[in-house]
Amino acid sequence: MRTKILAAALLLSMVGFSSAHAAGEHIEYPDVKWSFEGPFGTFDRAALQRGFQVYKQVCSACHGMKKVHYRNLSALGYNEDEIKTIAAEYQITDGPNDEGDMFDRPGRPSDRFKSPYPNDNAGKFANNGALPPDLSLMIKARKDGADYVHALLTGYETPPEGEELLNGQHWNKYFAGHKIAMAAPLADGAVSYEDGTEGTVEQYALDVTHFLAWAAEPEMEKRKQTGIKVILFLVVFAGLMYAVKRKIWSKVH
Amino acid sequence: MASGPRQKFDNPVIEWVDSRLPIFTLMNKEYGVFPTPRNFNYFWNFGAIAMVMLVTMIVTGITLAMHYNTSTAGAFDSVERIMRDVNSGWLIRYLHMNGASFFFIAVYIHIFRGMYYGSYKKPRELLWMLGVLIFLLMMATAFMGYVLPWGQMSFWGATVITNLFSAIPLVGDSIVTFLWGGFSVDNPTLTRFFALHYLLPFVIVGVVFLHVWALHVTGSNNPLGIDVKGPQDTLPFHPYYTMKDMFGILVFLIVYVAFVFFMPNALGHPDNYIPANPMVTPAHIVPEWYFLPFYAILRAITFDIGIPFTDIVFIEAKLGGVLAMFGSIAMLFILPFLDTHPIRSATFRPWYRIALFGFVVVFLILGVCGSKPAEGFWVPLSQLCTLLYFAFFVVAIPFFNKKEPVAELPPSIHQAVLTSQPVAAE
Ligand code: HEC
Ligand code: HEM
Repeated sequence: MRTKILAAALLLSMVGFSSAHAAGEHIEYPDVKWSFEGPFGTFDRAALQRGFQVYKQVCSACHGMKKVHYRNLSALGYNEDEIKTIAAEYQITDGPNDEGDMFDRPGRPSDRFKSPYPNDNAGKFANNGALPPDLSLMIKARKDGADYVHALLTGYETPPEGEELLNGQHWNKYFAGHKIAMAAPLADGAVSYEDGTEGTVEQYALDVTHFLAWAAEPEMEKRKQTGIKVILFLVVFAGLMYAVKRKIWSKVH
Repeated sequence: MASGPRQKFDNPVIEWVDSRLPIFTLMNKEYGVFPTPRNFNYFWNFGAIAMVMLVTMIVTGITLAMHYNTSTAGAFDSVERIMRDVNSGWLIRYLHMNGASFFFIAVYIHIFRGMYYGSYKKPRELLWMLGVLIFLLMMATAFMGYVLPWGQMSFWGATVITNLFSAIPLVGDSIVTFLWGGFSVDNPTLTRFFALHYLLPFVIVGVVFLHVWALHVTGSNNPLGIDVKGPQDTLPFHPYYTMKDMFGILVFLIVYVAFVFFMPNALGHPDNYIPANPMVTPAHIVPEWYFLPFYAILRAITFDIGIPFTDIVFIEAKLGGVLAMFGSIAMLFILPFLDTHPIRSATFRPWYRIALFGFVVVFLILGVCGSKPAEGFWVPLSQLCTLLYFAFFVVAIPFFNKKEPVAELPPSIHQAVLTSQPVAAE
């Protein structure tokens, strides 16, 4: 009886959970098999570097990534000198100096990724009133974030018959409401990869999403590795305690 | 609190302290030799588990508070700084975030245990009511905690829930302004929520102390729901139940850390990774999962209550929802006085048992309703389930009081264990 109660309660609560977050209009995204999925998943360094290149050459024209610092790029496999060089490509406004003036200087590894616009209003003004959101947390800020962003980047279509688009709107089959203010950002061959990987929209979308997934959860690999050790420890410890408990209780049975 | 003769300790240091402040005697009495029914099942682990979670929340919470920035301009960024730049900050934050969920899981199971085995009945009424008070305080704490990261759901959840108080006639709007410290959810709201979020867990510790104190006056209930008749029915708490609790806690922790390390955001809402923006309302505002059943009850009252076919309205829909929501918890609070059936354990109450399982199902369906937009068939479903929720307390239970047969109970725990009843000890 007891175990039946427990099983029933568990089962019911699972049904409750799994359906609890399934609200809203339902759009299915293609299910990509990411290397970072699952309890042993890791990021693919080559994909991260390619994805960073796509972000740098395409997305960063409109989207900032304020939560990421140039120094964090070491996780992508860049060494210190490479990171210094990347950072120095940007002019960062600093100050005020001793005379009270703001000044521009080359970026340093400790700087945050430079945003394309000085403030949100400038971002809106340049994009027909729609603000390109910061991408640092984008993958965590959407349901099934990685699959979603990949789908979004490859989901541009001509609008179906009878759908009117306003100036600056574009039709995307995966965007909620379908009318998005971002023009299709990717085109075949727009970025030339140094490692010889083919330059297709699909490949760019996979790579840049991979990079954004890292940016949203830079701790992911460490987290999962720690998790496996912690769980192994707890399982052994629990087993041991169970044995001790059995031993103690055997006297009273 | 020392009463009666004190037993001497062999260790001279312990004896020196104990003869001046009998803290070791107290510990030994309450957690060492404390006579505990010998037939507990694993449902009896969840009190200890909830205690472990409370301590976990306080330890991780205080650590977070050392890095947290209490301002609308800085809160979101400071939480991200904890995630990215503070050593093991991601771990502390995910432990706290998922810890709240698992604290509620433990407490929900703990409450179910109490309802199933009639632990709320005489002489444990006050013990039970203190428990419901802890549950209320937890809800307040978790609600205010969820506001702190200042994401979209933080902001809009706070706006929706604080707005409820405006339903109170006459003074409602003034109360809301008072709660907000202004005319919308803003910096003063965030700072006071942080102050209270820091305070309330310690109030919970205080009430937990009273809860355990009351427990140690009446002693524990057990799966048979019959009273302890003598020493042959009990075992000393240590080592029997310390070991069993230890094992149960570890199993629970395994599930908890599996979430922390492998799906830390599965129980949360993605919108809370978007910084709060008063100008953009999320498509669906939903609270944390552990509030969903109550949220569904709140939204189920979509109609004014008054004299039919006239314009006279006594209770507006909004106020009705608030009353229903608080009423649903009040039902738990007065449960010991609603249920006067002489038998405690549902093991011997087949009618009550069926009704209770029905109640659990209704509660879970309400949870699903709470996660859906309040439209379509979810509205009548929430209304039906709200009705059934209350019917359990005010129709089914009074009916069972009168009609449910009083089964014959085993003569003692000891005998039941010896004849190896299905509910015997592990
Ligand atoms: C020309 C400017 C521009 C470029 C280049 C650009 N975006 Fe956007 N992006 C926007 C705008 C504007 C929006 C806001 C769209 C809206 O709200 O309708 C947006 C929105 C988004 C969103 C959020 C969609 C949502 O669910 O709200 C994502 C994700 C995104 N962009 C990713 C990218 C990626 C990845 C790249 C690089 C491959 C990129 N963008 C390049 C302008 C741009
Ligand atoms: C009853 C125990 C507690 C419960 C149920 C609880 C619950 C919560 C919840 C649900 C959140 C939001 C998590 C998120 O989405 O990020 C939160 C955040 C927070 N809590 Fe607690 N908490 C408790 C105790 C404490 C204590 C004792 C402190 C110490 C001050 C504390 C400090 C914080 C801080 C600083 C945050 C914001 C950081 C963050 O969001 O990660 N909590 N709490």
